[in-house]
Amino acid sequence: MDSAAATASALETDTRREAIRVEDLHKSFGNLEVLKGVDLTAQQGDVVAIIGGSGSGKSTMLRCINFLETPSSGKIVIGGEEVAMRGDGSPANQRQIERIRTKLAMVFQQFNLWTHRTLLENVIEVPVHVLKVPKAKAIARALELLNRVGLGGKEDTYPAYLSGGQQQRAAIARALAVDPSAMLFDEPTSALDPELVGEVLTVIRDLAAEGRTMLLVTHEMKFAREVANHVVYLYQGRIEEQGPPAEVFGNPQSERLKQFLSSVA
Amino acid sequence: MGAARAAFTEGGHVMTGLKELMQPHRIVMMLIFAALVIWCAVSLRWDWLPKYAPLALEGLWTTIWILAVSLVIGFLLAVPLGLAQAVGPWYLSIPARTFCTIIRGTPLLLQIWLLYYGLGSLFPQFPWIRSSELWPYLRQAWPYAVLALSLSYAGYEGEVMRGAFSGVAKGQLEAAKSFGMPRFTMFRRIWLPQAIRNVLPTLGGETILQLKATPLVATITVMEIYAVSSRVRADTFIVYEPLLLLALVYMAIAGVIALAFRRLEKG
Repeated sequence: MDSAAATASALETDTRREAIRVEDLHKSFGNLEVLKGVDLTAQQGDVVAIIGGSGSGKSTMLRCINFLETPSSGKIVIGGEEVAMRGDGSPANQRQIERIRTKLAMVFQQFNLWTHRTLLENVIEVPVHVLKVPKAKAIARALELLNRVGLGGKEDTYPAYLSGGQQQRAAIARALAVDPSAMLFDEPTSALDPELVGEVLTVIRDLAAEGRTMLLVTHEMKFAREVANHVVYLYQGRIEEQGPPAEVFGNPQSERLKQFLSSVA
Repeated sequence: MGAARAAFTEGGHVMTGLKELMQPHRIVMMLIFAALVIWCAVSLRWDWLPKYAPLALEGLWTTIWILAVSLVIGFLLAVPLGLAQAVGPWYLSIPARTFCTIIRGTPLLLQIWLLYYGLGSLFPQFPWIRSSELWPYLRQAWPYAVLALSLSYAGYEGEVMRGAFSGVAKGQLEAAKSFGMPRFTMFRRIWLPQAIRNVLPTLGGETILQLKATPLVATITVMEIYAVSSRVRADTFIVYEPLLLLALVYMAIAGVIALAFRRLEKG
């Protein structure tokens, strides 16, 4: 079999298992072009770590995938369904983007738990009020999930009474409650005190081991190397280098990546 | 847990309340106050009270319902006014801002009179209004009183809600958005509750101010509690006692409002 045929057949099987595909994504804030054409594909079960210096566009890229930021141009395909975009990059069909967002659960750097609701209310909010799951069922599942992230017994507590690590674990439970087909982690440990990082990484590591599809923007290089099966290095809005973690971390090709890795090590 | 915490704090209040009250200096103050009340009761004139009590109760009721209705209507208007100013397009935000500026920039008394003497004298000139079902109401004073007080509350609270809506952390809304929450659900479940929660102390204060603005409607012949005290004065030439009682009534209502808001802030 020649290489072209191999690629074609690989692509064919890929489209069926494909979770997220980003094609030629551009994003500008005013005159500042943050993303200059990024292509990225994640198959189901992939854990893709996105690394890069500050201002490299990694968070922006993640936020473009669920249209929290409006892309300037490009194509976003989620689970084989292309998000319809207007000329200015905004979603053309509000219903479609809302439906797609319910399948992509996001975990934020600042947790963003709803401060006026208890942990339990946070976790059942979307299942009950968006997905219309019966309340009793949602509560049972929420308690299970809170238990799983080590917050059993804290369901009636308000977020303000919890540590950052506990809040982030609750945010992960909230994300899991929607049964997402892929999870987007936007620097989930960057706002945490160093001693609290471990507990959150443990939860994420378990999720990765479960075979969940995840896109993970992170500064934790050791962790990225350990849990990801694909690592993407962004530099000034472009993918500078990507590959399996052993390659990217063990044998970086580009000068910039080498420099970046030595600066964060 | 929410209920348990409320019970705990309430229990705490009762405990410290009793203990704190039984301090010597507090007991002296309470005795002085009691003496003052007894002196008022014994040496001032209250013989007019039985005769005017029914009228006073009616007036009290009028004050309370006019206040309540104007608060509800005013707040229902304040929410869109605040939203329009906070995030609305220019063709909504400019009229909203103009409305709030005019209301806040002119005396309430003037607004009441403009509505009552202005609209009130304009309406009868249209035969179709005079023959309409609403005419029996429109020829009375209270609709203008309610309208003026509602618009005034809307104007002030519209400004408060503008700040409240912009003050809700962006991340809170982004989280809702990222889970595919439809816009109206997001408004109802996340944005509005958080906005109101943030300004509850302000709203409590403004509500008490609104209570104390209600006597102004006596100037357009609405017979609320202040008007009753004026009536007593005019009939009997007793000046001081009705006013004293009136002050007590307003303090009692203000106290109830303050308590209600404290409850809300905790819950």
